[in-house]
Amino acid sequence: MPDGELLKVWPWYVTGPLIGLFVPALLLVGNRMFGISANLRHACAATLPTRADFFRYDWRRTGGWNLAFALGILLGGAVIAMQTPDGSRVDVSPATLASLGALGVRDVTGLVPRELFSWQALLTVRGLVMLVGGGLLVGFGTAYAGGCTSGHAISGLADFQLPSLIAVIGFFAGGLLGTWVVLPMLLGA
Amino acid sequence: MATLIDAPAAAHAPTSTPPERSVPRPDTVRGLLVYLLLGTLFGIVLTKGEVVSWFRIQEMFRFQSPHMYLTIVAAIVTAAVSLQLIRRLDLRAANGERISVPPKVLGRGTRYWVGGTLFGLGWALVGACPGPLLVLLGSGVSVALVIVISAMAGTWAYGVLRPLLPH
Repeated sequence: MPDGELLKVWPWYVTGPLIGLFVPALLLVGNRMFGISANLRHACAATLPTRADFFRYDWRRTGGWNLAFALGILLGGAVIAMQTPDGSRVDVSPATLASLGALGVRDVTGLVPRELFSWQALLTVRGLVMLVGGGLLVGFGTAYAGGCTSGHAISGLADFQLPSLIAVIGFFAGGLLGTWVVLPMLLGA
Repeated sequence: MATLIDAPAAAHAPTSTPPERSVPRPDTVRGLLVYLLLGTLFGIVLTKGEVVSWFRIQEMFRFQSPHMYLTIVAAIVTAAVSLQLIRRLDLRAANGERISVPPKVLGRGTRYWVGGTLFGLGWALVGACPGPLLVLLGSGVSVALVIVISAMAGTWAYGVLRPLLPH
């Protein structure tokens, strides 16, 4: 990364507490519980025609604030991207570079591997499984579990809720399965 | 406000009938702008902490760096201490509501481990959970739009299949 304070990466002991502070911030602003994946449900309720009870509620009242928060997240990503020069690279460990290199992932600049996160990749089986399949699982899984990393791992665990602990154990079980079994099958082939 | 009366919530709830949380007041445009601003800050924090990187998620699931674990644990500890302070000090939200954290219903727990595992599998494949997914889209990874639409389709499928699924 180039010089300049704003462009520098923040260490975990800055980022972690800042992420955690969004829980009290949202409660203090409007008694809202921090959780991102509910926006997928709100977005469905707002746009898709459906008779399923799951989507029949006043999404403006319940989720309007959260959709605004989600739009903000998108803007935040855009703000930093405008200040980050192309070719910047996340400083992952050499071991990770070696592991990914063995799977054929060699371009490690940017936030995602370019060869796998492109429109052309959607025309390949592995790209379709990773991006569309992965997306479907994220949407289905978070709705089924009633939360994602923010709602369960951060909000739920911080409130010592047993359901969230079970969900987070599931997140990691699924993540390990994806990383150690599914990805090597997709990329190694 | 507390609508789900259970032991922990009741301990903090007033004895008089609390206003319903299930029907929140509609947000004003000014209120929505506050959430938009908070979301923007959140997106910046996620990006600056590299939490949005596919490579970092791979590193985490391969146990090759403590970076993500330390970040997540620090976030949980900060949120937990904050929640305790809010309860001890009996703070109210800016809109005057008494702050309450609705407890999640355990039931048989099936939804949590099955749903959680399915989400985790998707998390490893796309290398992003819902928040970082939006950051990727905002940062110009245009194909992330396909992931977001797929995620919406996944949520929609859950909504339709919900009556058939064990919870």
